[in-house]
Amino acid sequence: MTTREPLVLGIETSCDETGIGIVRGRRLLSNRIASSMDEHARYGGVVPEVAARAHLEALVPTIDAAVAEAGVELDELDAVAVTIGPGLAGALMVGVGAAKALAVGLGKPLYAVNHLVGHVGADLLTPDSGRIEYPTVALLVSGGHTSLLLVRDLVDDVELLGETIDDAAGEAFDKVARVLGLPYPGGPEIDRAAATGDPAAIRFPRGLTAPKDLDRHRYDFSFSGLKTAVARWVEKREADGDPVPVADVAASFREAVVDVLVSKALAACRDTGVPRLLLGGGVVANRRLRDVAAQRAAEAGVDLRIPPLDLCTDNGAMIAVLAAERIRAGHAPSSQLAAADSTLPVTLIQVP
Amino acid sequence: MILAIDSSIGTSVALCDPSGRLASARSEAGHLTHAEVVGALIGGVLEDAGVGPAEVSAVASGMGPGPFTGLRIGIAAARAFGVARRVPVVPVLSHDAIAAARLESPIAGELVVVTDARRREVAWTRYSGVDPSGPVRIGGPELAPRDVFEVLDAERLDAMDVPAEFVARLAALTLAGRRAGEADEPVYLRAPDVTLSSRKRVTP
Ligand SMILES: Nc1ncnc2c1ncn2[C@@H]1O[C@H](COP(=O)(O)OP(=O)(O)OP(=O)(O)O)[C@@H](O)[C@H]1O
Ligand SMILES: [Mg+2]
Repeated sequence: MTTREPLVLGIETSCDETGIGIVRGRRLLSNRIASSMDEHARYGGVVPEVAARAHLEALVPTIDAAVAEAGVELDELDAVAVTIGPGLAGALMVGVGAAKALAVGLGKPLYAVNHLVGHVGADLLTPDSGRIEYPTVALLVSGGHTSLLLVRDLVDDVELLGETIDDAAGEAFDKVARVLGLPYPGGPEIDRAAATGDPAAIRFPRGLTAPKDLDRHRYDFSFSGLKTAVARWVEKREADGDPVPVADVAASFREAVVDVLVSKALAACRDTGVPRLLLGGGVVANRRLRDVAAQRAAEAGVDLRIPPLDLCTDNGAMIAVLAAERIRAGHAPSSQLAAADSTLPVTLIQVP
Repeated sequence: MILAIDSSIGTSVALCDPSGRLASARSEAGHLTHAEVVGALIGGVLEDAGVGPAEVSAVASGMGPGPFTGLRIGIAAARAFGVARRVPVVPVLSHDAIAAARLESPIAGELVVVTDARRREVAWTRYSGVDPSGPVRIGGPELAPRDVFEVLDAERLDAMDVPAEFVARLAALTLAGRRAGEADEPVYLRAPDVTLSSRKRVTP
């Protein structure tokens, strides 16, 4: 017997990307993203009110584009899915208001799901990837998050192993780029600057890796100390009247971030006896992170999965596929009264 | 049927027939609950009127002025419902709807509609009266400091809610070609708050 796979439209507005994606079960039909990144560039970071205003403007054109690309009619949808948290409150609420009205207008159920778990779900949409196996460790690194998860089952069993206690990894890239006089977003800029640098030139600190920290923060991250160390180092050079070797600083900083991320993720795999690691989030665009993760995962006998980049950054398709999985597993829709939650815990996969 | 949605103060939703006659209305006064209640209010007015979503032929959207975060949610909902049904979305100035309700009964002179704009400011719009195209706007919408703002030569109406029924009625006039349309943009009246980040020194 073949059951029809649910056709779901997902809306993602938790940060600066307006993402609309459509899936049929695990098949990706469209994934459209409008970003307000350029509008934030001159401020050196995401400005919440600017992001929220941009979502409202991008919403309908992005829905239209996703529907056209998928070649479906909105009336054919089985459900509307939306990111209900975590994220920027004002930005989330634009998507939530729209999703609710879309669901009522179509007479279809609403699934209000967790953004971070959506990042894990993105892997299901990876073409020709074979089936994801559970349990898996997942490392999500973006401008707003750095989280290490143990996913026993995508639809109903996700555990938070650790997360950043201060800045997110992407945020650290953005802040260090500013220290080096590079524009926003800092990730790609640092990557470029680092290309000709020596990653071993300067030994920057690896946050929360000292034995005393490992007791309490084995799987937690900290990047604000690293950012301060880079700033100090640069300021000292300037004070001494020496030129700042931007390429070496960028490469050494990047190496410190990548080292901590990969070390802690693989430690989690080892400790939990789970030989699988999944990466997600915008920082996965970092070539060095992908390379080091691939090399060290192979050495450790860990199977590494990295979804394509347009599914790693914020997008609506991952929200749609997470809802589709919840539907297939028989979970009821969310209430029309579900409230956006900017600090939604990762253990709450769908808000009832 | 015309579905009207306004979240410029609380959240109010109404359903009117194309001539502007009210079929059903629901509202929720909370200033922080727009995203929670908007979908249920829309579902509620449809149910009260015994009307299916496919019978909605246009959506009227209150465009403010109003506090950003809440205002946007009603507009997002209006636009999304419009996409769902592939029907036009008609922008209406929320102050116009407040004025239209008041001007149902005659007043002596001019009317100034005033709403809270937070940060010790008010938003105001001035009307000379009403004609067959609806309330006639002659000033505003603009912001003014709350403490010193005074209306001397007109009736002042401090509104605590927006009657969505009148948002629908003004949209009906626009759809009938009897009232000029508004710009399809939220009336924020304020630029977004941004603090330009500068490079901070960490060594003293
Ligand atoms: N090549 C790269 N190397 C390192 N970091 C990168 C690279 N490319 C992008 N980034 C970083 O990724 C972040 C953007 O990722 P993403 O869009 O997933 O997150 P976000 O929208 O800022 O936040 P969130 O997803 O947490 O809500 C930025 O901080 C950016 O600097
Ligand atoms: Mg993200």
